[in-house]
Amino acid sequence: MDARLLPEKLTVYTTLVGLLNARNYNFGGEFVEAMIRQLKECLKVNMYNEAVHLVRFLSDLVNCHVIAAPSMVAMFENFVSVTQEEDVPQVRCDWYIFAFLSSLPWVGKELYEKKDAEMDRLLSQTESYLKRRQKIHVPMLQVWTADKPHPQEEYLDCLWSQIQKLKKDRWQERHILRPYLAFDSILCEALQHNLPPFTPPPHTEDSVYPMPRVIFRMFDYTDDPEGPVMPGSHSVERFVIEENLHCIIKSHWKERKTCAAQLLSYPGNNKIPLNYHIVEVIFAELFQLPSPPHIEVMYTTLLIELCKLQPGSLPQVLAQATEMLYMRLDTMNTTCVDRFINWFSHHLSNFQFRWSWEDWSDCLTQDLEKPKPKFVREVLEKCMRLSYHQRIIDIVPASFSVLSPANPVCIYKYGDENNRSLPGYTVALCLTIAIKNKAGNDEIFSILKDVPNPNQDDDDDEGFTFNPLKIEVFVQTLLHLAAKSFSHSFSALAKFHEVFKTLAESDEGKLHVLRVVYEVWKNHPQMIAVLVDKMIRTQIVDCAAVANWIFSSELAHDFTRFYIWEILHSTIRKMNKHVLKIHKELEDTKARLARQHKRRDSDDDDRSSDREDGPLEEQIERLQEKVESAQSEQKNLFLVIFQRFIMLLTEHLVRCETGGIDVFTPWYKSCIERLQQIFLQHHQIIQQYMVTFENLLFTAELDHHILAVFQQFCALQA
Amino acid sequence: MCSGGTLSILRSDSYVDLSQYRDQHFRGTRYDQERLLRKSCTLYVGNLSFYTTEEQIHELFGKSGDIKKIIMGLDKVKKTACGFCFVEYYARGDAENAMRYINGTRLDDRIIRTDWDAGFKEGRQYGRGRSGGQVRDEYRQDYDAGRGGYGKTVQCQ
Repeated sequence: MDARLLPEKLTVYTTLVGLLNARNYNFGGEFVEAMIRQLKECLKVNMYNEAVHLVRFLSDLVNCHVIAAPSMVAMFENFVSVTQEEDVPQVRCDWYIFAFLSSLPWVGKELYEKKDAEMDRLLSQTESYLKRRQKIHVPMLQVWTADKPHPQEEYLDCLWSQIQKLKKDRWQERHILRPYLAFDSILCEALQHNLPPFTPPPHTEDSVYPMPRVIFRMFDYTDDPEGPVMPGSHSVERFVIEENLHCIIKSHWKERKTCAAQLLSYPGNNKIPLNYHIVEVIFAELFQLPSPPHIEVMYTTLLIELCKLQPGSLPQVLAQATEMLYMRLDTMNTTCVDRFINWFSHHLSNFQFRWSWEDWSDCLTQDLEKPKPKFVREVLEKCMRLSYHQRIIDIVPASFSVLSPANPVCIYKYGDENNRSLPGYTVALCLTIAIKNKAGNDEIFSILKDVPNPNQDDDDDEGFTFNPLKIEVFVQTLLHLAAKSFSHSFSALAKFHEVFKTLAESDEGKLHVLRVVYEVWKNHPQMIAVLVDKMIRTQIVDCAAVANWIFSSELAHDFTRFYIWEILHSTIRKMNKHVLKIHKELEDTKARLARQHKRRDSDDDDRSSDREDGPLEEQIERLQEKVESAQSEQKNLFLVIFQRFIMLLTEHLVRCETGGIDVFTPWYKSCIERLQQIFLQHHQIIQQYMVTFENLLFTAELDHHILAVFQQFCALQA
Repeated sequence: MCSGGTLSILRSDSYVDLSQYRDQHFRGTRYDQERLLRKSCTLYVGNLSFYTTEEQIHELFGKSGDIKKIIMGLDKVKKTACGFCFVEYYARGDAENAMRYINGTRLDDRIIRTDWDAGFKEGRQYGRGRSGGQVRDEYRQDYDAGRGGYGKTVQCQ
């Protein structure tokens, strides 16, 4: 099944099958039957991408005289009739239409020649389906909100335009290599097989169809005026090239050198501006919403390999692309900007941070919250993380200093002699000396006992209820002493874990710990992120505390900064992994019990039967409770996040409406897209709790701006 | 039609394969060592500059997944960084992605190299060269500003 693994070389394999079929009719028959079986299997287990390639393969077998055209048309008739099914998700019909349309570049001509009336009917049915289908989901998946210079089209709309143009061109398709043409004299003698009638497997509750997509375009023929002409956005050639390049990446993503070589050796190199197509396809994947098909860092390394193989041409195309992406930052989706920031900074770190920053001086005159200066600031911050502060100062022109990151030093309020009068100053000194003298948790507790609680009036504070001053003094001092490196800070957290747990026992305590961490390390966002991560993992704070902290007023100033969202998404991911882990433990234990039962059933000895079950059954019950509690915590985390978003956005919307000002400030765009990002990045988990969210939060009373995000999300799997 | 050669290319994951290197100080059989390497979540990272920090390593290697721990390699005598480290991930898959996409790229302007490690044990954070640093810095003839200049034997001439 090489063809399934290398779909970009489809026509080579179909030709081979055609030649074999001409020699041995039975082989052809068996092969076709095997493919149909495989297609059914793929559809049953939700392997829709593989299924598309199988359908395409079958279509091309028509060109090789293995399959009779009328029977292929009949199969497509069954595909298109799925659009008549009632009460099925739109994404189901979408797939069958896509499988039909996307095979036509290969076989449209042949099918039309043999069965034009039937094909016209199919196309007309397709057209009316496409006209009536919902496209609420599109704004959520577009990389840019603007339609210029290239419209971000819904994938089926784009494909439809391409097929219509192909039909107008009388199905002449010139890009696909068709080896079977050279063997026509042999192949036309072959006996053809009829496809058995194909009934699409019915929709079930377990069916998960591919999500809709938006076609990413950033180049057209004007971008490479000296090279070969880039096929237009509605040409079928463009579709075929993009499909094949995506397939190559899918086949070789684990082997970056091979992948780069295969991309660059794509046939047609001198007839199409291949470098532009490659760069466009790679960015299409990198910026794909909800998520890229592969891990982000793969694309960075792949582009570097491509630059190594084509040092005279590819870097220039990449620079041109970067420039274009920068120019269009104002309308780029926030999640995509994040990825652009990560890619560009990592890329630069491999090339000594060489870049013509002066070309971007236009951003210096803008408000710092606008997308362009914001982008440059975030890039420089990320570049600094991969090098060091002075390096960044050196690589940018002096005029860019306003966008340079802060020197990542710690701010210790008790270290400044001017702050002598601060409450807790002397305790901080005591703590410092004690910790330097290798004090343990007990000694720390006893030093802290004397710290008054500004929240309470009476002095007999028996236990350790929430005392913000204690937290402040302890956390400031400890973090300052451990500021040297991440490892030092982690050791400190580990050594004084007991103190942390006690001080942060209450929800307010947890929140205050986070606040103090921020106060100490606000110049070093990377340190904040790793400390928060460690504190969650060692259960000093919990995920909900982090969520509340992120939406707190103290952090409002940093709310649109990239690192905040990295922290929030990392927190959500930890929560998700935790739930999965306990779930797996439960399943494993259940499996053990089942195996035990099986062993007992096969033995005749049933003396010890019930006794053996006991501990395992208890364990299962305990794990069941653990799973439920973890899921409850997970649902609560999303509730907190969504609630806070709703509060924040509603406040802004009300303020704008009463003040008569435009809602769409840079802050608003950023915030609403961050809400979208929550939905998109964690869509599978959120689906599980949809009913709760719909009933509690996303009700009809909500402002339509906010409700639209929810509705677009629902439309993704509708 | 389906040549074994093509299929093996398709299943190939060469960046994740074990290298030829085996730690000679490993306690246990070759078989044990390879078994540990094949399921390890820990990577050895080499050719670092002496000035590369834990923070830089964390930023770069964090791109393939959540890092559990970084242990900086130290000169046995001076107890300062001597150009290597261990990066341990929570998940094997994340370490594999580091082998595929971070190995052979630059950190602090130097091409770094990653390899599977059987697992950190106390003592392994020290260089094994006679002067306290790594063995490779004992004998090399070239000048490397990021790794203390000339090799130790050259310096002693």
